[in-house]
Amino acid sequence: MTTSNEALIKVENLVKHFGEVRVLEGISTEIKKGEVICIIGPSGSGKSTFLRTLNLLEEPTDGHIYFEGTDITQKNTDINVHRQKMGMVFQQFNLFPHMTVLKNMTLAPVKLLKMSKADAEKRAMELLNRVGLSEKANTYPSQLSGGQKQRVAIVRALCMQPDVMLFDEPTSALDPEMVGEVLDVMKKLAEDGMTMVVVTHEMGFAKEVADRVLFIDEGIIMEEGSPDELFSNPKSPRLKDFLSKVI
Amino acid sequence: MSFFENYFNEIKDSFIKNFITQDRWKQLLNGLGVTLEITVFAAILGIVIGFIIAAVRSTYDRNLSGKKCRNFGDYILKILNAICNVYLTVIRGTPVVIQLMIINFIVLSSVRNGIYAAILAFGINSGAYVAEIVRSGIMSIDKGQFEAGRSLGLNYLQTMWHIVFPQAFKNILPALGNEFIVLIKETSVAGYVALKDITYVGNLIRSRTYEAFFPLITVAIIYLAIVMLLSHFLKKLERRLRNSDH
Repeated sequence: MTTSNEALIKVENLVKHFGEVRVLEGISTEIKKGEVICIIGPSGSGKSTFLRTLNLLEEPTDGHIYFEGTDITQKNTDINVHRQKMGMVFQQFNLFPHMTVLKNMTLAPVKLLKMSKADAEKRAMELLNRVGLSEKANTYPSQLSGGQKQRVAIVRALCMQPDVMLFDEPTSALDPEMVGEVLDVMKKLAEDGMTMVVVTHEMGFAKEVADRVLFIDEGIIMEEGSPDELFSNPKSPRLKDFLSKVI
Repeated sequence: MSFFENYFNEIKDSFIKNFITQDRWKQLLNGLGVTLEITVFAAILGIVIGFIIAAVRSTYDRNLSGKKCRNFGDYILKILNAICNVYLTVIRGTPVVIQLMIINFIVLSSVRNGIYAAILAFGINSGAYVAEIVRSGIMSIDKGQFEAGRSLGLNYLQTMWHIVFPQAFKNILPALGNEFIVLIKETSVAGYVALKDITYVGNLIRSRTYEAFFPLITVAIIYLAIVMLLSHFLKKLERRLRNSDH
């Protein structure tokens, strides 16, 4: 098979087993540049694992992942180089508690992109400004609210100027009143044309922002399509059942 | 009056006998030098050994524990981990005096320099304890920290160095400080391999003057002073490292 120029990420028959537990049972899909993809599904369905295999935080048992034309599942590829182009945002934020917000953001660009400290800080400040947190630049993560932490985590990933952003349930650990501020940042990001893969339970967000929704269950993509198709006209009984529970 | 005068003179005589005669204060000072020399170099050696062992063991625990080896590197790691385990078991399972004598009279018997044997023995001994302290520190850091570092594109070593280790260090500092306090006091058995450390000198003076009070209490006070000084600096360091915790 040839990889089209348009597909930023191409996944072929991805399989992941944790010992006896079969989490992913063969997933194939393509993610195009600028596309916003939301992944929904019941807990334990493998959707987070799928996202984490995309940047090889989980090593796939079988199958191929092509990122910008390179098969990153090959042993000889330097995954660190590709990860620089794939930003990731975690459910638990995972800010570095021993560094200020600014240092959190500039560490990777300075070490990996060989940016000068001044340049990296300038860019970090611009990004902080965009998410309304410029006055927090010199505070430590422990002094931020959950919503603020997640916004910092998003701009920390953006500091590396990634080609795709992976979100692993970015609002699941937040207090309800803070979910909105994080989703707003993500919406803005989507409007700016960022390619995004979002594992989420926020059906409203998926409806509004996603170009395509994947419903993953039992380790496969059970159904996929535009949010309109999927939410108003689900075909598989599993998806019908799932939607009846979450909406 | 004469009672106090007598009492005072006795103390004065005893003081002169134990410290001034034959320049015994100089012997004590030299003994202190030997104790500090062994301690400092053994601590450095212990840190180096401890970190290497901890790196091997925590890498194994994170990546390979309970899993099958898939490539050559995995087998190497497994073998290294097994060697580290043997080292930890043997060192922590035998008294340090015995280790010291084995190294001095068997391993380094041809060298005939007790100080090298002592540095090596105490360093190797301390390394085993430092290793477990460091490993517990590394394992105490949430896996998400490691993943966040890797997801930014940092490699394994960069992530350990910039993200995991600084946080682990803060957590283990009290335990590490404790280990060095123990180490200083453990060197007091260096006399077993004919080293004239401060304990040995104190005991030597006691055997010459037939007076136990001054030499032994002096030695005790010197150890106490060193330990208190060290604790003071450790506390200061701890406070400085805690500034991100408000």
